[in-house]
Amino acid sequence: MNDQRALLAVRYVALTLLAILCVGPILVMTLTSFKTQAQTFTTGLSFFFAPTMENYRDVIFDSSFGRYLVNSLIVGIVATLITLLLGCMAAYGLARFSFAGRKTIAYTTLMLRTVPLAVIAVPVFMIWSDWRLTNSLLGLILLYVAVNLPFTIWLLYGFVLQVPVELEEAAAIDGCRPWKIFLRIVLPLIRPGLAAAAIFTFRIAWNEFILALVLTDRSTRTLPVAASLFVTDIGVEWGKLMALASLIALPPLAFTFLAARQVISGLTAGAVKG
Amino acid sequence: MTTDSRSNARTAWIFILPAVLIMAAACLYPVVSAVRLGFYDWSMGTPWAQAKWSGWTSFEIVFTDPAMWRSLLTTLKFAAVSVSAEMFLGIALALALEGNIRGMAFFRTLFILPMMVAPIAVGLTWRYLFDAQFGLINAVLAVFGVAAKGWLADETLAFAAIIISDIWQWTPFVFIMVIAGLANVDTSVLEAARIDGARWWTLTTRVKLPMIAHVLAITLVMRLIDAFRVLEVIYLLTFGGPGDSTEVLSLHIYKTAFIGQKLGAASAISVLLLVVVMVLTWLALRMSNPLADSEKDK
Repeated sequence: MNDQRALLAVRYVALTLLAILCVGPILVMTLTSFKTQAQTFTTGLSFFFAPTMENYRDVIFDSSFGRYLVNSLIVGIVATLITLLLGCMAAYGLARFSFAGRKTIAYTTLMLRTVPLAVIAVPVFMIWSDWRLTNSLLGLILLYVAVNLPFTIWLLYGFVLQVPVELEEAAAIDGCRPWKIFLRIVLPLIRPGLAAAAIFTFRIAWNEFILALVLTDRSTRTLPVAASLFVTDIGVEWGKLMALASLIALPPLAFTFLAARQVISGLTAGAVKG
Repeated sequence: MTTDSRSNARTAWIFILPAVLIMAAACLYPVVSAVRLGFYDWSMGTPWAQAKWSGWTSFEIVFTDPAMWRSLLTTLKFAAVSVSAEMFLGIALALALEGNIRGMAFFRTLFILPMMVAPIAVGLTWRYLFDAQFGLINAVLAVFGVAAKGWLADETLAFAAIIISDIWQWTPFVFIMVIAGLANVDTSVLEAARIDGARWWTLTTRVKLPMIAHVLAITLVMRLIDAFRVLEVIYLLTFGGPGDSTEVLSLHIYKTAFIGQKLGAASAISVLLLVVVMVLTWLALRMSNPLADSEKDK
């Protein structure tokens, strides 16, 4: 019995150490955001210092911060909503109907899921110039919807399959049209899947940096691109950078705490049942 | 019956068409363009109509360019080292810590946080941690009497730095996958093996791991795909330097296109990266096809 207790204690110690390793860099980022520029250049082990709000004040009251925040929010929220809407419709269509071309579409979608963003950065820059979408929020939203749809469809497809077909058939016998069945029966039952898909899509649209850097200008910049401007040829403004980086990290971290189960179901989808 | 299935097909298309159109226009079309661009000589900012057909020239230039081969080698090394370290650590930790421990859900939540943080925060925070003068890593090493190192100024150490940051961010993914896989293992089989006198090591290597071999394989391929796609964190942590010691393929493509302005060459390298990733993806689909369950009853 004592052996088991000792083993349990060892496990907790190990888990706590791992947690510290995982959270450590995030804590360093947050701590640094409360340091003055001079304090950021002192040695790495200085955890005790008089915190300052100076960085947050500078970042938040900067004249462009409001615009960048609004850009990021519009891009993140609109891209997530469109992806969810189109994604759950497509997942339902693929899971519940058989038609010519179904297989081709399903497999192409699966293959598109892993396209490296570096591969499409160049052609997208060219095509968006052609379509007059560069430097517009619409262009960024369209791109994020397109690159997030494959994962969303793939994830929700699994959730739609778990909806008992009998429920849908019973509704159809009662005279329900496919749209009504989709809205009244399927959608409510795949809500956990929708939550997971929403978090993963928002995470990409809100965090993405490279394509946003290539496709935006002064007025359409998103927050990650704005943060990268604190890195200059003469040095890095660590305090302000970490303040803005902490603000950017906040929403995805909050969603993770609120819906950890959905995040894990999204991560393990496809490989592990349950 | 025919009219029924025809209206069925029409309903299906109404459901999937919007998504298909957007993916075709803003994802598939760019991918196809990336391949096509490889055959043209075109500089950014000039009208596409002025682009000249150049055949295989870009591919010949790229495949005889030592910088491309160095970048490919860096990518292979990065994928091999980081993914095997993540697999080893993730599996070992999952085996040691699985089981019904109170508070496990809370720890799991903490473990997935690194994956949710923006690359801009991850890349630059690690740059700060690895700083030669005021970085936390040198400070911790100093406690153990190790002299300060110029992490990001040395080719080998910079490569170690991108590996370490990747291990930090993605080992939890392997851990979560393995834990989830182990949770689904039939306990009666384990019980039977235990009654037969199997010790922990035998039980683990002969029973548990083989039973989750499928999960391990798909996790490995998913990690490999991501390792080949890696771009943002390295862009922000080292920007490929010093020299080109950490310039992975994605970053090499980006620099060739947006700094070197050589779009044809960038596209030719893109084709190479695309082929590697698509082969891995096809492999992943062979192992775990999300469409397979429904295919049977159709």
